[in-house]
Order: sequence, then structure tokens, then C-alpha cells
Amino acid sequence: MRALMSTWVVVLLSLIAPLAQADLTIDITRGNERATPIAVVPFAEDGQTLPVDLARVVADDLERSGYFAPLERRAMFARPASGDEVAFGDWQALDTRYLVVGRVSREGEGIRIRYELLDVSGESRMLGERITAGQDQLRAAAHRISDQVFEAITGIRGAFSTRIAYVTSQGVGESTAYQLYVADADGRNSQQVLGSDQPIMSPAWSPDGNKLAYVSFETGRPAIYVQEVASGRRARVTSFEGLNSAPAWSPDGRRLAMALSRDGQPEIYVMDLASRNLERITDAPSIETEPAWSPDGDSLIYTSDRSGGPQIYRHDLRSGEVQRLTFTGDYNARGRFAPDGESLFLIHRGGNGYRVARQDLDNGRLVELGDAGQAESPSVAPNGTMVIFATQQGGTGVLGAVSADGRASFRLPAAQGDVREPAWSPFLN
Amino acid sequence: MQFKSSVRVLAVAMSLAVLAGCSSTGGTQDAAMDGTGGAGNGVGTGTAGAARVSGSGLGEGAGQMAGSRLPEVRTIYFAYDSDAIRPEFQPVLDAHARFLRSNPDASVMLQGHTDERGTREYNLALGERRAGAVERFLSVQGVSPSQVEVVSYGEERPAARGHSEEAYAQNRRVVFAY
Repeated sequence: MRALMSTWVVVLLSLIAPLAQADLTIDITRGNERATPIAVVPFAEDGQTLPVDLARVVADDLERSGYFAPLERRAMFARPASGDEVAFGDWQALDTRYLVVGRVSREGEGIRIRYELLDVSGESRMLGERITAGQDQLRAAAHRISDQVFEAITGIRGAFSTRIAYVTSQGVGESTAYQLYVADADGRNSQQVLGSDQPIMSPAWSPDGNKLAYVSFETGRPAIYVQEVASGRRARVTSFEGLNSAPAWSPDGRRLAMALSRDGQPEIYVMDLASRNLERITDAPSIETEPAWSPDGDSLIYTSDRSGGPQIYRHDLRSGEVQRLTFTGDYNARGRFAPDGESLFLIHRGGNGYRVARQDLDNGRLVELGDAGQAESPSVAPNGTMVIFATQQGGTGVLGAVSADGRASFRLPAAQGDVREPAWSPFLN
Repeated sequence: MQFKSSVRVLAVAMSLAVLAGCSSTGGTQDAAMDGTGGAGNGVGTGTAGAARVSGSGLGEGAGQMAGSRLPEVRTIYFAYDSDAIRPEFQPVLDAHARFLRSNPDASVMLQGHTDERGTREYNLALGERRAGAVERFLSVQGVSPSQVEVVSYGEERPAARGHSEEAYAQNRRVVFAY
């Protein structure tokens, strides 16, 4: 009981430490040459200067997606604030396909934002919306605009209002410090949710986006915890002898798949969270770990070295049938499904090290994405357009992201320490 | 007091042997497994040298002490992607087995570690496999299972920072934590 109390204190302290921020910055490493030209005109500010440059946040979101190439501001010779101020011919001459314009004004304690999305070649309005936001919600409002613009043009739901969880560490050996953070999908607005002098691993979002499952070694041994992100309240769900690792939520949020070695070798288990009943899924004299659920919840994939090296297998939970999925190369691990269930993102070892790859499930073809190196921990955006992963830059752990087609990529370095194990949240709105 | 200091002298002698081992012998097991040259050999062989010295030191010079005193060498190293106990570390394991048999109240936590290459959760499992190989070795030597516990840290607690073969060789290890 005393041990439980002290872990509560740790969590509360980390929640009330607002200075413990570890925002990530964004470096675009490869833009998409086929990206659609768009101009996001600085929003007119009626008699005030906002602490957030809304148009900049929107342009950065759209650029990061790889789908859009925002026009530089110095190339804009007009700054219309609404559709009726737009001279379409000017923007057609710049080869701009779409235009976002807007105006902000004070409304009581809040800020009113009106914006429009215009089709430059069609000379028509595609979208117009009014948003009221508090001063502290301006970035969130900008991400909402990005979501609406992205969906109106591509037909794909935007994922700019999502969050990422990640693990950071500083130091080496006995004095290493570990933290678990959540931040906005653009790396900003970071908040520490757990700090420890023992390793923290494998953060995984619940499907409703309210909770994180993770592995913490804070007792000196690995255990799986589930923590509410907003309140910091948490519960330890497993602390069996041996490995307690790799928690993965079922799509309905009621079960956790995990790897436990309580019966000897690491095997895949599924825990019903309400009853805490455990069902053992695999039984092999090899390593089985890194489970992930198919979007329909009917099957699990996992990494196994039963063939000698790590490969990805699929276990049909209804029939019990097991199928090996990966055959390209001698190291394929930590698979994650695309949201449509038609492809996997995984870590593949090739000639130049470890990199993110996509494997289409209908034909088994594997396509390498992003740079080779020490890539690990791929996590797919809820709209399937991007994969975030851990990699290294100048010997330091950073997060990287690559578009699902491999055409665009960016990095999210932290100001200090190593960053790793990103987990992209589900849609939160 | 005098006895303690002689243990210290032995430890210093072994440390020197570690350094000597670095330049003298050419254990190539890691290099062969890794497909890499030079840099990795230094560390791998260095520790191998220490193991040999400690083996003979404990076996011949220290006699009874081997069973009653905690063995000085508490880390053994592994080849890339391997849980095989290298022959040069068997004397280290023998010393720990003797100590645990002679001290039934003592217990040890075997901490398994990997280098950073590959995925984290899979590495966590590989670290457990390494510690498990040591656990089985001790068990065969007659150590009671109740004295031994295994925990894997995977790649989460590297002993050496950096991304060189040298750092990797120092990180692929099992630590005897008493």
C-alpha cells in the first residue's frame, strides 16, 4: 500500500510540473515533388496581434502531410482576408491551386476566426467556417482548420488535431532518467505524464484516446500500467514474473494484447480488462512479442523468431489459424496495420540497417520507406497517411515521420536527450 | 582488514589484465557474427581476458575464498544476436555458481541486456533469453532456482553510450546483481 501511495505521488508531481516541457521541433527532410500548391494567407487581425500565427500553423500542418506545398509568404503580393477580396487571376498566375484566407476578431473573452477555402482554378468557394476559441485554444483551432481544409481537398479525414505519446531519456547507466510525454501531433504543447529513474516503454493509446497503456520498470521489474491521460489516475494491470511487455488495445478498447513470459518463453496473451482474465494465444518454444490488432479486431499480428529470425505472423482469433506474413529479408518486426487493414507498416532490416517498410497484404510486396538506419517503433496516423517512428540523427534519438507512399518525410528532434517510441493517438474529435 | 585489501589487489590485477587482454588476444567471435572488423574486438576480447584471469585467480590462488566471497567479475558479454555463453566466461559463471551454492541465503538478479539494433520489444525478449541462458547454466551447476531471478532490460539501459561496434559489444551483456 505504501508503494502504491508513492507511485501516486510521482504521477501527481509530474502532472503539476508545467515547466517540464519537451516540445519537439519539425525539420522537413524531404518534400513531395507532386504536392499540390496552396497559399495560406496570413489571417487579418482586427486591431490586435494574436500570440499564435494561425496561418503559419495551418501551412506547416499542410506541408508536413506531404500532400501540399504552401506558397511562401514573400511570394504573396496580395493578402485578402475573405473570398470577396480575392482576385483569382493573380493566384492563377502563381500556379496556386487552392487558397486559404481568414480574419480574426475579439469576441468577449475569446477569439472569433472566420476562414474560407477557395478553389483558385474553379474560382469558387469550397469551405467557409466560423470558429470561436479561447486564447489558449488557438493552436487547436488552427489544427481544426487544417483538418477541414485537408479533407475538403483530398477527401481524407485530417489528423492534425491528434496527439503523440513518446518516451524520452537523458543520461547513461544507473543515472538515466526516463519520461513519458504526450504532445500535439506537431510536437508542440508537450506534457509529461510520467517520470522515472527506471525504463518506460511501449506507450499505446486506448481507442478512445483517453488512456495510455505502457510498461514501467519503476518497481525494478517490468509491469504494464494503464493511465488516464487527463487525470493521471492509473492502475497496474500485470506484474507477472518475467516479461510484461508490448501492450496493444483491441479496437473495442476492452482487451489488451501483450507479451508475457510467465510460462517460460515470451508468448502472446489477451487480457479482458474488466475481468482481468488472461487468454494465451501462442504456444511455441520461440520469442513471440509485439502484438497488434487488425482494425476489425478479428486477428492479431505479432513478431516471432520461430523460423530463426524475427518475422511477422497473423493469428486468426476465430479459427486459430496462423499464417506467416513476411518473407522479404531476415528481419521483419513490430508490424502495425494501416487503418484500412490492407497493409502493414513494419521494421525491415536491409543492407543499410533498419528502416520502415510497408507491406501490402494482398500481394505480399514490401516497399521500403524513409531513410535506412536505426528505425524502430512505427506508429500509423489514424487516417493512414503518415507513419511516425524512432530513428537517430547525429547519434541522438529523434522521431521521424514518412508519408505512407514514402514521398515526404520529416524529423521531430527534441531540444535535449533522446526521444523514442512514438505512439500516434486515434482521432480525438 | 589485510584480507580485504588483498581482495582489492586481486581486483586491480584483474583490471590490469582486462587492459592487457585488449591488445594481446584476438577473440573473433563477435566480429565473425557481426560481419565487422577491428573496433568491436577490443571490448569483446578485453572482457574475455578478464574472465580467464579471474578464473585462474579464483581457482588456484584464492581457493576457499571463491565460494565464500562475492565474485568480482559480475558482467559477461555476448556475441551479436546470440545467447550462447562464450567459453571464456564459463569460469565466471563457475565462480558465481560456487558462491551461490556456498551461500544458500544469497540471491542474484540476472539482468539481461542487448545492443540498440532492432526493435525494442523484441530486444527485451532477447535480453531475457540471454539472462535465461545464464540461469540454466547456474541451475545445471546445482544452484537453487529460488536464489536466481531474471529480469530483462533489453536495449533500455545501455552501459555504453554511442552507436559504434565497441559500444554495442559492451551493451550485449548479462549482469549479476546481488
